[in-house]
Amino acid sequence: MLDVLQRAFHDAVLGGDDKALAGLTAAPRGDIAARIAVYRNTVQGSLVGVLAAAFPVTQRIVGPAFFADLAQRFVVAAPPHAPQLSAYGADFPAFVAHEHDNHGLAYLADVARVEWARAESYFAADAPALDPAALSAIAPPALDGTVLMLHPATRLVCSAYAVYRIWQVNQPSIKDVPAVDLAWPQSVLLSRSDGRVALRLLSAGDAAFITAIQSGVALGAAAAQAYDTEPAFDLEAGLRDHLIGATFRA
Amino acid sequence: MPDAIPVSAGIGLRHPHDQLLLSEPGDAPLRTPWVEVHSENFLCDGGPRLAQLAAIRRRYPVSCHGVGLSLGSAEGLDPEHLKRLRHLFTWVRPGLVSEHLSWSVTQGVYLNDLLPLPYTEDCARVLCRNISHAQDALGRQILVENPSRYLNFTDSPMTEAAFLTLLVQRTGCGLLLDVNNVYVSTVNTGGDAEDFIRSLPADAVGEIHLAGHSVVGEGDDRVLIDTHSTRVCPEVWALYRTAIAHLGPRPTLIEWDSDLPELAVLLDEARTAALVMKDAA
Repeated sequence: MLDVLQRAFHDAVLGGDDKALAGLTAAPRGDIAARIAVYRNTVQGSLVGVLAAAFPVTQRIVGPAFFADLAQRFVVAAPPHAPQLSAYGADFPAFVAHEHDNHGLAYLADVARVEWARAESYFAADAPALDPAALSAIAPPALDGTVLMLHPATRLVCSAYAVYRIWQVNQPSIKDVPAVDLAWPQSVLLSRSDGRVALRLLSAGDAAFITAIQSGVALGAAAAQAYDTEPAFDLEAGLRDHLIGATFRA
Repeated sequence: MPDAIPVSAGIGLRHPHDQLLLSEPGDAPLRTPWVEVHSENFLCDGGPRLAQLAAIRRRYPVSCHGVGLSLGSAEGLDPEHLKRLRHLFTWVRPGLVSEHLSWSVTQGVYLNDLLPLPYTEDCARVLCRNISHAQDALGRQILVENPSRYLNFTDSPMTEAAFLTLLVQRTGCGLLLDVNNVYVSTVNTGGDAEDFIRSLPADAVGEIHLAGHSVVGEGDDRVLIDTHSTRVCPEVWALYRTAIAHLGPRPTLIEWDSDLPELAVLLDEARTAALVMKDAA
């Protein structure tokens, strides 16, 4: 029956077990294993390609061969459940963390998190950005109680490593990658404006501010949390950058 | 821009080319009479990819070609996927909607390939149920494309042409004839390509695909792989002439997915297809 055949195909192209499928299929000439391999190569190779396109910096850091091996193991362990492949790879950073926590590459999972946040931002829903005039129209006493909403395309990634710097020095235009002090906590804000996703390094206070906004905290209390984290936090400058970068939605 | 796909030769829309197709003033003649997109590339919530498709749609008729519906899945279709497709079609208003005689989903896992089906009565029941489900959910006819195949099944009593004809009769679906797939499949698994084309119900064929393939291995190990990475080969052009003679002119698409050349090469291939149709008229 068809469901039995389809399970056999699944086991052959993902599990590497040809036995059941070979019993149901035939090649008019040559070896059936070679014909089954065409399908296996397409399924696994195309999905590795999808991950390589979503995680170019991760790939550049570890090299194409290492990345292909890592991605291939992920594909087999966690194949997609929907044909919308722009959503495939959300679990890849956690897989990288699990694989490499003890291999001196602990920062790699956070780099992958930045890249996934970038993919999510790129494909997120459209919405008008908060107009600076709308914010300045609110009288100062009411400002503290104002609740801002993050734009659907805004993401924040906080890391114990210098993920922004690592991302920056591993862009295609940079040929000689300088040494990076990895153990430097950095927070990256990703936002989309004019169809482009921009990455920005946030201060610790600003990251605390955005984290608070994200959980629905009003402007005044969010600013207080930012000052707690970083006494020198400059709310006015921070807000100005967020308004220019379309961090908030209208 | 009207919805209907003209009976002429169009091209598959690929990312590096979309900007070129939009770069001319609005009143300039169209670079291609129509374009086709892969539906699954546009199921995201928003962002520049959808904006670009909307801009293309304002200038060109668009056909939506699916690669992920998995019409041959024994477990049936994914209602969420159908819902997303219906939403996409609401605003794109595609002139044609097509899918494949293949499957990709089993036990909820999406195997990213167009996997082959045996041509049995059991399989025909699954296909007819799924095609009818899709046509009901989308509120329109879909065209079903013959796949490229790399192996045979020990139990597959019907020919592919007979199987497709049966689907047309039972569901009212149309057909998308991929001439390169006919060639690739017959070289890889046996059968007569011209026979296949001549046995198709001509009225049901709403579109034709043309593409290039790669050759790997030698002797008994020689296999043609449907890579969409080269120009259409002479044997496939000859089969296309046979197809046009049998069917009459049909909307014809040049597909190219990897090792993508500049737009001019795709337009040149489309011109060759247009000439074949003109010569046959």
